[in-house]
Amino acid sequence: MERYHPEELLACVIARLIGDARHVAIGAASPIPATGAFLLKHKVPALRISLLARRVGNPFTEGSRELFDLAGQGRIDVFFLGGAQIDGAANINLVEAEGRRFPGSFGSAYMYFSAGKTILFREEHSPRVLVKKVEFVSAPGWSPPEVQRRGGPAALLTSKALFRWQKEERRFLLESVHPGSSAADVRANTGFAYDAPAQVPATPVPSAAEIGLLRGPVAQVIAENYPAFARKVWGAASSPQAT
Amino acid sequence: MSALASNTTRFLADADALAREIADGASIGLPPDYSLVAMDVVRALVRRKAKDLKLIGVPQLGLCADLLIGAGCVREIETSAVTLGEAGLAPRFTAAAETKSLRIIDATCPMVHSGLQATEKGVPFMPMRGVLGSDLVGRHPDWKTIDNPFAEGDPLLLAKAIVPDVALFHARWADEAGNVWVGRRKELATIAHASKACYVTYEELYKGDMLEDELLAPGCISSVYVSAVAPAPRGAWPLGVPLVYGIDDAHLLRYAQMAKSDAGFRQYLQEFVWNATTPKSSSPASSRA
Repeated sequence: MERYHPEELLACVIARLIGDARHVAIGAASPIPATGAFLLKHKVPALRISLLARRVGNPFTEGSRELFDLAGQGRIDVFFLGGAQIDGAANINLVEAEGRRFPGSFGSAYMYFSAGKTILFREEHSPRVLVKKVEFVSAPGWSPPEVQRRGGPAALLTSKALFRWQKEERRFLLESVHPGSSAADVRANTGFAYDAPAQVPATPVPSAAEIGLLRGPVAQVIAENYPAFARKVWGAASSPQAT
Repeated sequence: MSALASNTTRFLADADALAREIADGASIGLPPDYSLVAMDVVRALVRRKAKDLKLIGVPQLGLCADLLIGAGCVREIETSAVTLGEAGLAPRFTAAAETKSLRIIDATCPMVHSGLQATEKGVPFMPMRGVLGSDLVGRHPDWKTIDNPFAEGDPLLLAKAIVPDVALFHARWADEAGNVWVGRRKELATIAHASKACYVTYEELYKGDMLEDELLAPGCISSVYVSAVAPAPRGAWPLGVPLVYGIDDAHLLRYAQMAKSDAGFRQYLQEFVWNATTPKSSSPASSRA
């Protein structure tokens, strides 16, 4: 088996989750979703990636409000959100938990409604993050029928597992468990109730071809925009100065 | 005569002179770390011991807010987030929030943009979709839900017009006519249009009038909005100006470390704010802008 970094496995899952989208937008502080999107672009060159954090060649010319205007019109197919807390109803909390203050809600309360679908992503998989009920709803996972809402949760990806969102049931379904974890480990570390099949599949590991792309051209573009992350995962060779 | 109209942009000596124009208690519309922050004026506000400021993050805030909060200059903050990006949580904001020594009005990005755009258009509010069901709605004093008057059963959220006392940012150029060039950073134009006064520091003075140049004009904010400008070479440091100097990521990490404790923050102020024998040039950009 090819050796891989955990971040590389997550990026490969992200690429599959983005699927056949035409336009994916990625917020600040989301290096793994960005890595997954740029990996997918090697298979699907027509994929448009709008990277908000891009320091040079940023995709927007109308200032930071353009992302929200694009989303409001239905021009963003996939967006990513995280949370200090995420609950079993796919509500996310980016504001405060257990007396601790977090940066804030950013554009989540809008993007969760207006992007075609949202992939929830949080590396930490623990009962303190994946809770029964969030202490503060930055953005709700569900809206009553009278509230117009184009999109919502599609999946929740963590360092241990991938959950698929079941819209009708309003519950997560455990879809696969990453190597190194187990269905029991996921159950023990998840604070909310969810559905699971009797036999939970293992998340596929990155192929040699995927690893080649990740450590080559993908690492280069990520290092330009998320330098600290690129150094952590791929070392100094990925830094822009080294090229 | 309108109190807003600005026919003559004033040219001030430096960032400190600009900071003296911003009164205690003023509300200030400020951009995020990636969008031309007037850091020299922020440091000057700390030096002049500004008080009771209200910071409005358009739509979020970073280093400038953390410095002002830590230095005791801020009474209230309205923003979608405060973050140092890859350098992590903003430590002084976080400490102030957790000790409840700061009034925080949590927002979400497009509601801030829309509130400013309402002011641009001279209307009292702007309707928006989304957001309903978020706990932000109940806590925010200036958001209200209405039914779409053109359709049945279609609730919408209204963002009340936001009118900052002051717009404050940095520009690549100011010209002799008082226009400023900010390139693609159009949120700065929105802040400038919506604010009662607008103060801008600039990297370099451009000879002539940029509005006469068809290539430069689209990146300009007209002097009609600009109250005063002042020169501040490397004035956004440790943040960046695209293609001039990059964000000093190493310095941001150092700040994030030092500001974890109040004592460390005081030491940071001593080194980089009070002693303005500024080490800006000795901290080269560690990445492209």
